[in-house]
Amino acid sequence: MKVLIVDDERDVEMLFRQKFRKEIKKGSLELVFAFSGAEALTILGDTNPPSVMYMFSDINMPGMSGLELLSKVKDRFPKLKVSMISAYGDKENHDKAMNSGATGFFTKPIDFDTLKREIGILLN
Amino acid sequence: MNVEIIVAIILISYLRVSTLTYDVPERWKKPLKWGFFSALTIAVLDISTLLNSEISKVLSLFLVGGVIYVILRYEELHKGKQLVYAWLPLLLLSLLFEMIEYLFPAFFNRWDDYFTSIIFFAVVWGIAIWIINNKQRKTLEKEKIKALAREQEFKATEEMKIILEQQVAERTSALTAQKEELEKALSDLNATQAQLIHAEKMASLGELTAGIAHEIQNPLNFVNNFSEVSSELLDEMCDEIQKGDMDEVLALVEDIKLNMQKISHHGKRADAIVKGMLMHSRNNPEQKSLTDINALAEEYLRLSYHGLRAKDKSFNATFRIHLDPHLPQIEVVPQDMGRVFLNLINNAFYAVNERAKKSKEEGIDGYSPTVNLSTALYSDNGKGYLVITIGDNGLGIPESIKSKIFQPFFTTKPTGEGTGLGLSLSYDIIKAHGGGLEVISDHGLNPFAPEAHSEGDKQGTVFTITLPYENTTKL
Ligand SMILES: [Mg+2]
Repeated sequence: MKVLIVDDERDVEMLFRQKFRKEIKKGSLELVFAFSGAEALTILGDTNPPSVMYMFSDINMPGMSGLELLSKVKDRFPKLKVSMISAYGDKENHDKAMNSGATGFFTKPIDFDTLKREIGILLN
Repeated sequence: MNVEIIVAIILISYLRVSTLTYDVPERWKKPLKWGFFSALTIAVLDISTLLNSEISKVLSLFLVGGVIYVILRYEELHKGKQLVYAWLPLLLLSLLFEMIEYLFPAFFNRWDDYFTSIIFFAVVWGIAIWIINNKQRKTLEKEKIKALAREQEFKATEEMKIILEQQVAERTSALTAQKEELEKALSDLNATQAQLIHAEKMASLGELTAGIAHEIQNPLNFVNNFSEVSSELLDEMCDEIQKGDMDEVLALVEDIKLNMQKISHHGKRADAIVKGMLMHSRNNPEQKSLTDINALAEEYLRLSYHGLRAKDKSFNATFRIHLDPHLPQIEVVPQDMGRVFLNLINNAFYAVNERAKKSKEEGIDGYSPTVNLSTALYSDNGKGYLVITIGDNGLGIPESIKSKIFQPFFTTKPTGEGTGLGLSLSYDIIKAHGGGLEVISDHGLNPFAPEAHSEGDKQGTVFTITLPYENTTKL
């Protein structure tokens, strides 16, 4: 299963790769990373449905914000699951994300146990 | 009529007339009046022969004697002295001759002609003295008039002098008061300026805090996450050691090593931000130190960006950074230079955000708010310059206010949003560093950051900071 993670902080990639080390090794999970909204859209490409099954996106990014990305992605791929990850866990961000069709809303620092559970549900 | 009474009348009449050099003394006015009428009465009685000539003679003698006595005795009647000297010989001689005539009539008759001529001479003498006296008196009076005029003039001058001195004193005290007022106003202004600068500093610190919180939160998250994952990796490593899969163990060791580097990197990142914040808020005399302008500018760009993001959820912009890796460190006051970067970058983000809002209102698509930060090193005639440009494709600055933007308290932001001191302080700080701060607005000329504007879009503003670089180390 292919999961796309979008965050402007590059070290997120290393962190995720280590956290999902076993799953990646087993081959049950494939992680793809994008460091901006634009890059994420390129990765998702024009194929519908996309090869990616789940997208996790940071909200606070220069250029296109995570929320903009969310609504664009939802426009193009309504069935793609998208969850937001933000340092700002305020109601405003949360409500906006949920109204735009987000599946979940995670706050930073990421609770990987919950995240793993979320992905686990999908894997099974 | 006898000589005595005539002389008496002349003397008294003379004394009763005031001149420039003589005022009839008040206490003599009455006696002189009585004397005058007495003399007249005696004269009339004598002429009309109602009075015995001997009696009138005696009365006249007493009267004239009295008059002469008072003239010689009282200084205030000095005017009569000359007249006394003029007529005294006549008086004395006529008295002498009358006595001779009375005692020795035969002798008198024999020499009558001589006596008459002597009397005549005495009269001539009297008249001559009188004329001379009058002449002298007139000269004296002229001089007196002149003296009086001079005195008057002197008095007037003195009065004028006093008035002038008074006026000078008044003006001086008015000017002194004015000067003191101005000095007070100046010191008040200085105090206010210091307060305002401090307030501006605190305001920009306030703008920073949200950015700082975000900027610290991110590295701290990484520190926590990487240490957490490292301990997980250590658990795995234990399992692999028991299994004896040494390749896997070595791979885990590599990962853990990398994680440690990441922890250290993000720890330092948070540390630098806190230090920068402390530096920014510090109020003690600020000292120059060798500073990495690239790092400082980039740090403030991030702080500004995240600060604005935290404040306004709808805000977003792209920033591009082009840093010259060969930029040398230079001596600046880092917190001051940081404030300049913060001000200019905040303004740039503000400008692009305003344009984004406007575009949205007008339904214009395709605007991508962008802020550019670039640094470069230039040399010109052996002198080195660090050039830092902060460009934006925002609203731009209208020509009409371009000349005012560096003036203190000039702001286009709504009341309460800007102090209007940002650019003026930035300008002062750059000047204090011997550099220059210039603005180009509303056209796409940006020699140091050509990507600031998309093709065909000429709107925007570019601030260029030039800092001199003394080539003491190596270029
Ligand atoms: Mg982010």
